[in-house]
Amino acid sequence: MAVSQTLPIYWVVFATRFKTLLQYRAAAVAGVTTQIFWGSVKLMIFGAFYANAVTAPPMSFQEVVVYVWLGQVLLALLPWNIDGDFNEMFRSGSVAYELLRPLDLYVFWYARILAFRTAPTLLRMVPGLIFAMLILPLLGLEEWQLHPPETFIAGFLFFCSMLVTLLLSCTLTIFITGIMFWTIESRGALSLTTGFVAILSGMVIPLPLFPEWLQPFLNWQPFRGLCDVPYRIYSGNIPPDMAIAEIGLQIGWVLMLLVLSYTMFRIARTKLVVQGG
Amino acid sequence: MKNSVILYFRLLSISIRSQLQYRGSFLLFSVGHFLTTGVEALGVFALFDRFGNLTNWNLEHVAVFYGVVNIAFALTEASARGFDIFGSRLVRTGDFDRILLRPRSSLHLVAGWELQLHRVGRMLQGLLVLCFGLYHLETSVTLSSILMLCTALLGAVLFFYGVLIMQATMSFWTIESLEIVNVITYGGVETAQYPRTTSDDSSPMSSPSRV
Repeated sequence: MAVSQTLPIYWVVFATRFKTLLQYRAAAVAGVTTQIFWGSVKLMIFGAFYANAVTAPPMSFQEVVVYVWLGQVLLALLPWNIDGDFNEMFRSGSVAYELLRPLDLYVFWYARILAFRTAPTLLRMVPGLIFAMLILPLLGLEEWQLHPPETFIAGFLFFCSMLVTLLLSCTLTIFITGIMFWTIESRGALSLTTGFVAILSGMVIPLPLFPEWLQPFLNWQPFRGLCDVPYRIYSGNIPPDMAIAEIGLQIGWVLMLLVLSYTMFRIARTKLVVQGG
Repeated sequence: MKNSVILYFRLLSISIRSQLQYRGSFLLFSVGHFLTTGVEALGVFALFDRFGNLTNWNLEHVAVFYGVVNIAFALTEASARGFDIFGSRLVRTGDFDRILLRPRSSLHLVAGWELQLHRVGRMLQGLLVLCFGLYHLETSVTLSSILMLCTALLGAVLFFYGVLIMQATMSFWTIESLEIVNVITYGGVETAQYPRTTSDDSSPMSSPSRV
């Protein structure tokens, strides 16, 4: 069956999974507290460095504040875990049932992963944003406050870039999931990718703060589209006229990874052996 | 008492042997853990490269902090696994009842639950950073400074171990392991990697670790 005919089915897959994941509110509360604490610690560290800066850094402190808070608030969007159900499917062999369904396995799982990335993020986003935008100034910490984008156009471009970020993150997630066709276990592959994602996306420290000689490499790698590009568009560190080219690069990486992971699933399907009865 | 100590190490040796059945997986995990925790060190290096010194603290001083707290946390992570997963793995499933039936203190048995070998990844990167810091520091390494480093390590290990036991205890009420404790454990590691005061009057090396 063509994907276009089964599109409503994929939508239902997404919607059901989304609703299920919205139930995990207690986990979200714990997550939010951790994010707020983490964001504050990071800002204290950056604040100390900025207070003692001898030469002017390539980002203003206000831009770093945006970078840190958006990073914490949108943490669940990053591809550093996978849906636990997939682990169980591969281990128990019930992945065979998934293959029997009259759907395209890749699109079917992509819909699930889309829900897995968006629902927890939406749950955790609101309290984190309220804290960073409204509560911080009440506590007298105005310099740590997250302000809305300065211009409407920056906000709009940020939104466009975030949509591509979502696809990039889902594509990387389905790629890691697909590796399980060969390894059965996901923890090994995940523990390797988590490190790369954290440092190359800008989660550990904003990418422009890395040494100058690393910048050409950092500017072209795909993980940058996960945090660095949208957050800098938001803060205006990447001006709107350059933002379009940056989003274009993001889209290019998404397309490349889509083709790569789809091919991987096709090869996996032809070679797959499910053991047990 | 003596018997309890023997039993504890016996439990740990069983855990080690069972993990060494899957050597490839152990190696991959260790490398992965080394990388995921080691990226923090890259962040510290990059920040110092970009900004220079932090008043009178420089990269070498901070490397000592970083090394001590990471080695200590790696040791705790590896040995206190039983308390870490206590809520989700033992209380929620009801498996804790089986532990209560055994003729030994339950604390003792949970402590001997597992010795996670792959945590050596974090320990190794912490050790590398610590050695880098000590090697480049201008101060000479004396017997008393080594002694102080060791007690700082021991203190930090006991602190983190205590926090994990507290987390486990709380799961009697909450059933699940409380993620919120991560603020003290992982958050503590993140915070203790940097000196507490960066004002001008503080003297570097006054305390090797905050914890």
